Amino acid sequence: MTLDLFLQHLSNGISLGSLYALIAIGYTMVYGILRLINFAHGDIFMMATYFAFFGIATFQIPWFITFPLVLVLTAALGMGVEAVAYRPLRDAPKISLLISAIGASFFLENLTIVLFGGVPKPFPAPKLFTDVVQVGTVAIQKLTFYIPVVTILALLGLGYLINRTKTGMAMRAVSMDYETAQVMGININRTIAFTFGLGSLLAAVGGIMWGMKFPQIQPLMGVIPGLKCFIAAVIGGIGNIAGAVIGGFILGIGEIMLVAFLPNLTGYRDAFAFVLLILILMSKPTGILGEKTAEKV
Amino acid sequence: MSLLKIQDVTMNFGGLTALRNFHLELAPGEIVGLIGPNGAGKTTVFNIITGVYEPTHGRVFFLEREITGLRPDLITKAGIARTFQNIRLFKGLSVLENVLVANHLHLKANYLAAVFKLPGYRREERRMREKALALLERVGLLELRDEQAGALPYGLQRRLEIARALATEPKLLLLDEPAAGMNPKEAADLTAFIKAIQAEFGLTVFLIEHHMDVVMNISERIYVLDYGMTIASGKPAEVQNNQRVIEAYLGVNEDAED
Amino acid sequence: MENKTRNWILTTVAVLLLVGFLYFADNYLDLYIVRILNVCAIYAILGMSMNLVNGFTGLFSLGHAGFMAVGAYTTALLTMPPAVKKQIYYLAPLMKPLDQINLAFPLALFVAGLLAAVVGGLIAAPVLRLKGDYLAIATLGFAEIIRVVFTNTQSITNGALGLKGIPALTNLWWSFGTAAFTLVVLRSLINSSYGRALKAIREDEIAAESMGINLAKHKTLSFVIGAFFAGVGGGLLGNLLGTIDPKMFSSMFTFNILLIVVLGGMGSLTGSIISAFIVTIANEVLRFLDESINLGFVVIQGKVGMRSVVFSALLMFVVLFYRHGLMGETEFSWDRLLASKICRRTRALFRKNLQQRGVDR
Repeated sequence: MTLDLFLQHLSNGISLGSLYALIAIGYTMVYGILRLINFAHGDIFMMATYFAFFGIATFQIPWFITFPLVLVLTAALGMGVEAVAYRPLRDAPKISLLISAIGASFFLENLTIVLFGGVPKPFPAPKLFTDVVQVGTVAIQKLTFYIPVVTILALLGLGYLINRTKTGMAMRAVSMDYETAQVMGININRTIAFTFGLGSLLAAVGGIMWGMKFPQIQPLMGVIPGLKCFIAAVIGGIGNIAGAVIGGFILGIGEIMLVAFLPNLTGYRDAFAFVLLILILMSKPTGILGEKTAEKV
Repeated sequence: MSLLKIQDVTMNFGGLTALRNFHLELAPGEIVGLIGPNGAGKTTVFNIITGVYEPTHGRVFFLEREITGLRPDLITKAGIARTFQNIRLFKGLSVLENVLVANHLHLKANYLAAVFKLPGYRREERRMREKALALLERVGLLELRDEQAGALPYGLQRRLEIARALATEPKLLLLDEPAAGMNPKEAADLTAFIKAIQAEFGLTVFLIEHHMDVVMNISERIYVLDYGMTIASGKPAEVQNNQRVIEAYLGVNEDAED
Repeated sequence: MENKTRNWILTTVAVLLLVGFLYFADNYLDLYIVRILNVCAIYAILGMSMNLVNGFTGLFSLGHAGFMAVGAYTTALLTMPPAVKKQIYYLAPLMKPLDQINLAFPLALFVAGLLAAVVGGLIAAPVLRLKGDYLAIATLGFAEIIRVVFTNTQSITNGALGLKGIPALTNLWWSFGTAAFTLVVLRSLINSSYGRALKAIREDEIAAESMGINLAKHKTLSFVIGAFFAGVGGGLLGNLLGTIDPKMFSSMFTFNILLIVVLGGMGSLTGSIISAFIVTIANEVLRFLDESINLGFVVIQGKVGMRSVVFSALLMFVVLFYRHGLMGETEFSWDRLLASKICRRTRALFRKNLQQRGVDR
């Protein structure tokens, strides 16, 4: 393998890893607060690509207006899912919550099939992003470079929000100790809703870029990336945002390299994440950055 | 011969040392108390004996056999049973079922014999039931055998938890704050009850308790923990007059604990 | 003890009636209805086996579709005639000696169950150390891995092409017979000392362990038995449908079974049976949502996928407002049925009727 080719794979891996990271953050934040796998998160990501599709292709709205709109709509959708499917179950046993999450995911997928049809649609990526540049002997889409940049910007914004603002402090407090936070006068429901909104917004950022990178969208497109990103979050240490980012990159780069170096195993690409997950859970169940917590007896 | 021997046990949780260089020896047939302010590491001692935690350092022997780091179920099989500080009954199961579950460890028939109700299993199941009912009668819960365990009043839940522990046929019984939340009358009843079963079942009893009346009255010896260290041990009267114990409880030169 | 005799008679009568109905259905009802009845019974098997793991042992496992796939492929490969196998494996020939093997259906089902149980046992060792969500996602992951492996092992499973022309050996006798067997075995297990240990684990793992219950052993037991019946159910399903492919056994399938378990009541075998029938039949009745209906004067356009939307909404509705399902943790019993309001009212009405007509008692 030439150096050029390797660099091409690496840049692909990094941009895929960035996308995984953006989606994984949503899982990890929600898990941090509710101890819940938000199974619908992958579908919220999918919906974001449809919003973008309708904005640009159907309503002919320019991309620089469409994209912010998509972020807002997706955040609202995430908060809506929380209000309908999770909020009524705050005191219910965990298994009910998980089943509700599965139901919500299932519902969004099927609703998309009914409303928009099951046939894949071409994602109308603005030419600005899909242009190709020549690097050495290989051609790489500009997008491949934009994705990590956008991701880093989004992460910086997130870091500021969580560490420097009052809302961010409330989020951290709630995820550390739900009940105490409530006693301290933090509005739990609003904080949780905000967390869902924020996670969904990042998923939307990921979704738009995903749509441009893999320009075919369909109702079930969120299922596998959703599962993988949850896995990324677990690998990094669930509840830990930096962990989710690390997990996302490990998964993205690992997946691309697997296919690049062991082309025989291309068919097993989707199994890679799960094998990695099981290996991690066996060796360090709390993930790379997770802390061990002893159960109180 | 000692029944239980804890040798120089230390337990760290991250940066926190819950228990430091702890030594203990129990002789068969004793009733021994373990006291100390909240957060002193008392329950940690129980969790180490029963295998819930593996100590960072040190060893535990039961009947001269090392049990350090053994799985909890194997330790129970070896003859140590316990109750929990925050009652942990099988709430959705009936009173009788709670006791029957504790009999399961003696079952010899395998699951196929159980599923196809082979004669050997039937015989064992019948004997288990008889034993469980006899035990419930002994502790005065026979009438309530079909009630849901979670629906019992608090005091009876405590009693059921002891019955359930007895059903495993232990040699050593660990009671974690058995009198918690009881009024003096109930606590006195409990003291009598513990003494009675101790004699009847030939048990050694090791108990954590905050009710001083109960501990002082029931224990032949007492260990006192503070900040994970043993600060005193001996006869109740000796411990009661120990200066360090008094300080630990009154919190001289220390901020009061929660 | 009088009740015991009465219940025994009622059960016998009910079983005889069911056998009579199956005979009638087998001979006189049209194939479409027979097929639905078969599906009902198979879903009942799958529901009960999932309930053992999730409802009775409290392990949130989402790997059911994987075990079903193992069972379906095993039974199919063991029962398909060699000639058919030769025909459909055109990308890569079927591995020896599978290409020549041809077993009797019950034997094939049993092997399918065993193989699923073995896979379950292998997975159990690493996975059952996990709890809650981690367990859920790891089991889901294993099911996905099984599916990916099946898509790629061309010379065993025929890859993405799937298997066609699986002999239609599943009939009402096999499906209902197996369902009855599953019920009897699982009920007996649950009411045994082992079943109590499983329920104790569900109620409080730490307390169960401190009562001397070996957690790993008992969880594995539940998991492996659950996998066995999932494998058998998968086998029955494959030989009913005639075609299987890896796509069929995605996590969607697991969620469908989960709906049955939750609707019926986590921790109620008879609940799972009742809800398997309700869900399967409702699924057929709701078929109109996907198709256009011609009411003569107006044609209502159906929408493909509408049925699934209604279904997922139903799943959420059940957990949100009806958490304990139809039966909660209780089982069907004649005593309860006869003591129920509807039954008492019917009897009262009946008696009144008799009196009015002047018939004495």
